[in-house]
Amino acid sequence: MTDIIKLTAAEIAAKIASGELTAVEVTEAHLARIDAVDEKVHAFLHIDREGALAQARAVDAKREAGEKLGPLAGVPLALKDIFTTKDMPTTVGSKILEGWVPPYDATLTRKLRDADVVILGKTNMDEFAMGSSTENSAYGPTGNPWDLTRIPGGSGGGSSAALASYEAPLAIGTDTGGSIRQPAAVTGTVGVKPTYGGVSRYGMVAFSSSLDQGGPCARTVLDAALLHEAIAGHDPLDSTSIDAPVPPVVEAARNGSVQGMRVGVVKQFRGEGYQAGVLQRFDESVELLKSLGADIVELDCPSFDLALSAYYLIAPSECSSNLARFDAMRYGLRVGDDGTKSAEEVTALTREAGFGDEVKRRVILGTYALSSGYYDAYYGSAQKVRTLITQDFEKAFEQVDVIVSPTTPTTAFPIGERADDPMAMYLADLCTIPTNLAGNSAMSLPCGLAPEDGLPVGLQIIAPAMKDDRLYKVGAAVEAAFVQKWGHPLLEEAPSL
Amino acid sequence: MPGITREEVAHLARLARLELKGEELDHFAGQLDDIIGAVARVSEVADQDVPPTSHPLPLTNVMRADEVRPSLTPAQALSGAPAQEQQRFKVPQILGED
Amino acid sequence: MTVTDLVSYEDALASYDPVMGLEVHVELGTKTKMFCGCSTELKQDANSQTCPVCLGLPGALPVVNEIGVESAIKIGLALHCEIAEWCRFARKNYFYPDMPKNFQTSQYDEPIAFNGYLDVQLEDGEIFRVEIERAHMEEDTGKSTHVGGAAGRIHGASHSLLDYNRAGIPLIEIVTKPIEGAGARAPEVAKAYVAELRELIKALGVSEARMEMGQMRCDVNLSLRPNGTETFGTRSETKNVNSLRSVERAARFEIQRHAAVLSSGGTIVQETRHFHEEDGSTTAGRIKDNAEDYRYFPEPDLVPVAPARDWVEELRKGLPELPRLRRARLKEEWGVSEHDMQSILNAGAVDLIVATIEAGAPSDQARKWWMGELARNANETGRGLDELPITPAQVARVAALVAKGDLNDKLARQVIEGVLAGEGDPDTVVEKRGLKVVSDEGALSTAVDEAIAGNAAIADKIRGGKVAAAGALVGAVMKATRGQADAARVRELILEKLGVEG
Ligand SMILES: [Mg+2]
Ligand SMILES: [Zn+2]
Repeated sequence: MTDIIKLTAAEIAAKIASGELTAVEVTEAHLARIDAVDEKVHAFLHIDREGALAQARAVDAKREAGEKLGPLAGVPLALKDIFTTKDMPTTVGSKILEGWVPPYDATLTRKLRDADVVILGKTNMDEFAMGSSTENSAYGPTGNPWDLTRIPGGSGGGSSAALASYEAPLAIGTDTGGSIRQPAAVTGTVGVKPTYGGVSRYGMVAFSSSLDQGGPCARTVLDAALLHEAIAGHDPLDSTSIDAPVPPVVEAARNGSVQGMRVGVVKQFRGEGYQAGVLQRFDESVELLKSLGADIVELDCPSFDLALSAYYLIAPSECSSNLARFDAMRYGLRVGDDGTKSAEEVTALTREAGFGDEVKRRVILGTYALSSGYYDAYYGSAQKVRTLITQDFEKAFEQVDVIVSPTTPTTAFPIGERADDPMAMYLADLCTIPTNLAGNSAMSLPCGLAPEDGLPVGLQIIAPAMKDDRLYKVGAAVEAAFVQKWGHPLLEEAPSL
Repeated sequence: MPGITREEVAHLARLARLELKGEELDHFAGQLDDIIGAVARVSEVADQDVPPTSHPLPLTNVMRADEVRPSLTPAQALSGAPAQEQQRFKVPQILGED
Repeated sequence: MTVTDLVSYEDALASYDPVMGLEVHVELGTKTKMFCGCSTELKQDANSQTCPVCLGLPGALPVVNEIGVESAIKIGLALHCEIAEWCRFARKNYFYPDMPKNFQTSQYDEPIAFNGYLDVQLEDGEIFRVEIERAHMEEDTGKSTHVGGAAGRIHGASHSLLDYNRAGIPLIEIVTKPIEGAGARAPEVAKAYVAELRELIKALGVSEARMEMGQMRCDVNLSLRPNGTETFGTRSETKNVNSLRSVERAARFEIQRHAAVLSSGGTIVQETRHFHEEDGSTTAGRIKDNAEDYRYFPEPDLVPVAPARDWVEELRKGLPELPRLRRARLKEEWGVSEHDMQSILNAGAVDLIVATIEAGAPSDQARKWWMGELARNANETGRGLDELPITPAQVARVAALVAKGDLNDKLARQVIEGVLAGEGDPDTVVEKRGLKVVSDEGALSTAVDEAIAGNAAIADKIRGGKVAAAGALVGAVMKATRGQADAARVRELILEKLGVEG
C-alpha cells in the first residue's frame, strides 16, 4: 500500500478505472503521507481532508454505477493557493488575504472538479507569486525535499515540493517569470508553462496579467500532459484566452521522439552566474539529444540579455495596478479601523501590515516605472524589449523546432541565502523569463544531479506559441532516455523524508 | 539617469498607499536604487523604432454578447467584507470629494 | 459656504474672453455592465447586481460588452468622429473606495472615436459648431452613502456605505476641444451643446440620458483670457453639473468668478469645483497638483478593439436623422418659432410631443399640454417630463375629449391631474370624478334662467347692448355647474334668452 504514493497519475487513474484501487484508498494514502511529512516540508497552506474524500467517494460511486471515468478521475492534486476555490481559503501566500474564502471557483478549479480530480488542498507560494524561493510566503518557507534546508524554488515551491515529497502526484503552478519551471528544476520534477492564453486565468489571482500563466506540474512528462489537457482550452471569461483547440499534448507525450528535429542552443543562456555542474548536465543533455537523432543548431538571441531588466519593469508595473484592489474595503485584512481614521489611512496601514517586503518593493518599483516622466524610459522601453525578444524567438523558430537551455543557472540554494538580496534572487529566472515575455511555451524536466552538490538540475525546452505538444514530444524522449540511463526516475535518488 | 531618492520612495509609497515606516524607507530606497540601476538598461532601446508589445498574443475584438448572467447574491458579495451595514460594504470615512 | 467675489457678467466679458471645455459622461443603456454580465437595471437591492468582476475580486477578469463598443461607435459617428482602426483600453490608476479595483478601466491615448463636431443651434437660430476631441469607453463607479454627517455629506461622516450595483456600468466620455469664440454666449453654448448631445444620445437609442438620474453628467472646464489674446488661462473644472440650467449657470458663475480673481490681480488655481444647485455657485474642491498621477498603461486583461470597417459603415448607415435636422423639420411642420422649439427641446418634450401627435392629437394640442400643464407638474415635482406617469396616448385621449366637446380646458386639466395622481386612464378619471361637460340643454337652460334671475342688473346691461357683461353671467353659470358646462354654449344661451345678438 505504501507504494500508492509512488505511482504516477496515469497509473493511479488506470488502477482506479480497473477497480484495482479505489479513489478513497488513493486519497487516504496521500493524506496519510501529508500527515507524515508535511510538518517538515510545509508544502501545504490548507488541507481539505473532507472535500478530498468526498470527491474521491463520488469518483468511486461513479465507477460503481458504471459511468465512464475521465483520464484523471480520482487522482489527487495539490493546487497552488493562487486559484480561487469556493470551499477553501485562497490566500496567495499573503497576510492580506488570510482566511479569505472566495465566493467563486477559478475556471481552472472548475475544470479540475469537472475532471474528477481530487483536490487535496492549497499549496504554499511566494506572496502573490513574487519570488523564486517560496521564502516570501507570509506563512513560512517550504523545504526542498532533496534537502529541507534549501529552497524548493518559487513562487510555486509548495506545488513542486508536494510532488517531490510524494504528497501528491499532480500539482498546479503558475508561471509569470519561471514560477513553474524553476521549482520543477530545483526539485527534480516536471513543470510546464503553457502558451500564454492556453490556460484560463479567470480566478487566478493576478500578479502580472500579460505574463501570468497557469500550468501543470507532475513527476513525469505524461502526467503533465494529462493534466495540461484537463486544464487548457478556451474560456470566454478570459479575454486573453486562445479560442483554438488545445495542442495534442497527451498524444505527443505518448510518442516521444526527437528524431530529425532541429534543436536550438542559444548562446545567451550560459556564461557568468551559471553553476558548473548545471552547465555540465546541460551539455550532456545536448549530447543526449544528438544521440537520439536531433540536429543541434547554435542560435544568437541578443535581446535576451535585456529580458531580465524588461521583466523587472513590466511585472512590477502590472502588479502595482493589480494589487491596488487590496485596500481593506471589500475583503481581506483591515488594519487600524478604530473609528478615527479615514479610509485612505486604513488602506495604507492595511497594505503596510498585510504585504511583505518583496511585494512592497515591486509595488513601489511598478508605481515608479508607470509614473509620468518615467513611463517612456522604463515601461515603454521594456515593451520594446518585449518586441525584440519576440522577434528573436521568431527568427530562432524559423531555424529550429525547439530551443533547449538550463532551466535555472544554479541548483537549489540554501533558505535565507538570497532572502534580502533581491537582485541575486532575480537571477534565478534568467533563463525562464524570455518565454514569459514572448508568450510561448516551455517545459522543465530533470536532467541529472549537479556533481558538486548532488541536487537536481532542470533542462528547459522552449517551443513556439501553441506548439506546446513539441515540449511533450521532446520531453518524453529525453525523459525516457534518462530513465533508461539512470535505471530509475531521478526522484528515486532523493533522500527519504 | 537612474537613481532613486528616499523622498521619491516616500512619494511613490504614498501613491501606492503604503504606510512605510522610516527604516523601511531607507532600506527600500537603497534596494530600489540598485534594482533601477540594473533594469534601466532597457532604455538602450528607447530610441529604436520598434513597436511596443503590450499583449503577448495578437488577439483583437474579444467581446461578449450583452446578455445578463447571474450575479452573486448580496450575501456572497459581502461574504468577505471586513464590515457591513444595510447590505452595503461599511468603510471608514472617505476624505476628499464631496 | 464661502462668499465668492464676483464681477458682473457684462464687466467680465468686457475684459475677458471665455474658453470652455465640456466633458460629458453618458451611462449607456446596455442590459449588462461594460465588463461583466451583471444587470444594469436601476434601483435594485444594494449589492444584488455584482459579481467577482465588478467587485474587483482577486482573480476576476473583464470581458468587453459588444453593445458597449457598438454604442461608442454610434455616438462617435453621430458626432462626425473618426473611428479608430485599432485602439486599446487603459487602466487609470487611483485609489477610491467606490472603485473596486482601484483603477478605472478606461481609454487613454487611443480613444475609439476622435476628431468630430456637433452643430448646436442657439436660441436666435445661430448655428455654433462645437469641436469634439474624443469619445471613449470606460466604466462607472459604485455609489457611496455617507453616514453620520449632515445630510449625507462626506464631511463629518463617521463612515460610508458602499453599493457596487452601479460599478462597471458602461460610460462613454465625450470631450470637446476648447470651445473658443462663443464670447458672452459661452454659457448658452454650453447649455445648447449638452441639450443637443442629450437629444443625439436619445435618438441613437444608446441611453435614455436622463440627467436627473445621473445617466448623463457634465463637467464644465472654464478659463478666461484677456480679450484679444491667444494663450489660454488657467482653468477650473466644475464637476457633476447635472442639469441643462445648471450647465449654463455654472459657466456663467465661473466667468464672473474668474474675472473677479483676475481683475483684482489674483491667479486662478487649477482645481476641481463643486456646483451648488441652490444658488448656482461653485466652491473649491481638490487642487490638481502634480501628486495626481494616474499611471495609465494599456489594460493587459483586455485585447485591443479593432472595429472592422464594414461594421463601422453598417452602423453609419443605420444612424437616425440627426436631432437638429429633425427639429428643423418638426418646427416647419408644427409652425412654431425657433424660440418655442428651443423651449421644447430644453424641456425634453420633443419625442413626447411627436408620440402624442402620432397617437392622434393635433400638434398644437400636444404641445400645449406637454409644455403647459405637464411641464409645470414636472417642474414642481422635480421629475423629467418622460418620468410623469402619463403616456403620450393618454394625453392624446384628453385632447380628443376636448375636441369632441366632452371636456373643456378646465376639466381637461383636472383629468390630467387625476391621471398623474394614479387614478387611472383619462376615461376612468372622467368617469370617477364625474367630469363631463354638462350638455343636457334642459339643465343648462335652467341654470341660465337662474343666473339671469339672480343678476337682474347685469342682465339689464346686456339687454342694453353691453354684450361684454355676459362674462359675469357665464361665470355664475359655470360656478353653479361646478365648471362642467361648455362655456361657449352657456354664453350663446344667455344672449339668446336676453334677445341680444352675440
Ligand atoms: Mg473619465
Ligand atoms: Zn458584475
